[in-house]
Amino acid sequence: MDALIQLLIFAVLLGIGFIFGSAAEKRHYASIRQREKELRGLIIVPEKRLPRQDCDTAFVCGSVVIAQDYFKMTLAGFVHFFGGRMGAYETLLERARREAILRMKEQAAQQRARLIFNVKFSTCNLMGQEQRGAGCVEVTAYGTAIIPHARA
Amino acid sequence: MPKLLISTLESVPGYTISKHLGLVQGSSVRAKHMGRDIMAGFKNMVGGELKGYTELLQETRDEALERMQGEAEAIGANAVLNVRLATSSVTAGAAEVFAYGSAVLLAPSVGAAG
Repeated sequence: MDALIQLLIFAVLLGIGFIFGSAAEKRHYASIRQREKELRGLIIVPEKRLPRQDCDTAFVCGSVVIAQDYFKMTLAGFVHFFGGRMGAYETLLERARREAILRMKEQAAQQRARLIFNVKFSTCNLMGQEQRGAGCVEVTAYGTAIIPHARA
Repeated sequence: MPKLLISTLESVPGYTISKHLGLVQGSSVRAKHMGRDIMAGFKNMVGGELKGYTELLQETRDEALERMQGEAEAIGANAVLNVRLATSSVTAGAAEVFAYGSAVLLAPSVGAAG
């Protein structure tokens, strides 16, 4: 009886994860694409040296903590057993990076920047040591926003 | 120019580095509080952003940067260049943010365009 209840809870969690997780991911991707389109004018350059000197600089930074749903994590557990691509983690990290970049860009856009130089990323697994729901990562994107002088 | 400039670049337009003052660093470790942790646990089932954690880590990062700037100010710098951030989860339920860079003394460059 106990085992049956546990199985039921597991199934319900899987179902909730599948339904809400897929919807949330779809919504998130739609929002990312929309905002990326709006901020396309702001260019990110992985370059250290400035081509021009008549500008101001500002430190900008965007970060996000994002989790994957229970269904995908369970699926990833199976992949872990057999080997192969881990789609659950791929989309999780991709979403996190794009979101972090967008937040950094939004911060830069507020200061009327045109470019962001020397962008770096830092990724961290926040629940690495715990077994339950290990799919939670933090991604930070940071760089230097280049703001042209008002007269330029 | 703001009080203390931080940048991921190695130089600042319109200024030259007149003195290198060495590495400065700042770090901060914070734990999530219980309420947030339980909410995050629920959120972990359905996936998506954990806003509580995002804010928590932002505060942690701000504090790390502030400490780094404080250290730079204490040794007489007016800018920190080549700044890097690193996050690590030291134990389950706590995260450390570490910021470091090189403290320098900047002087306006002569004959610069700006």
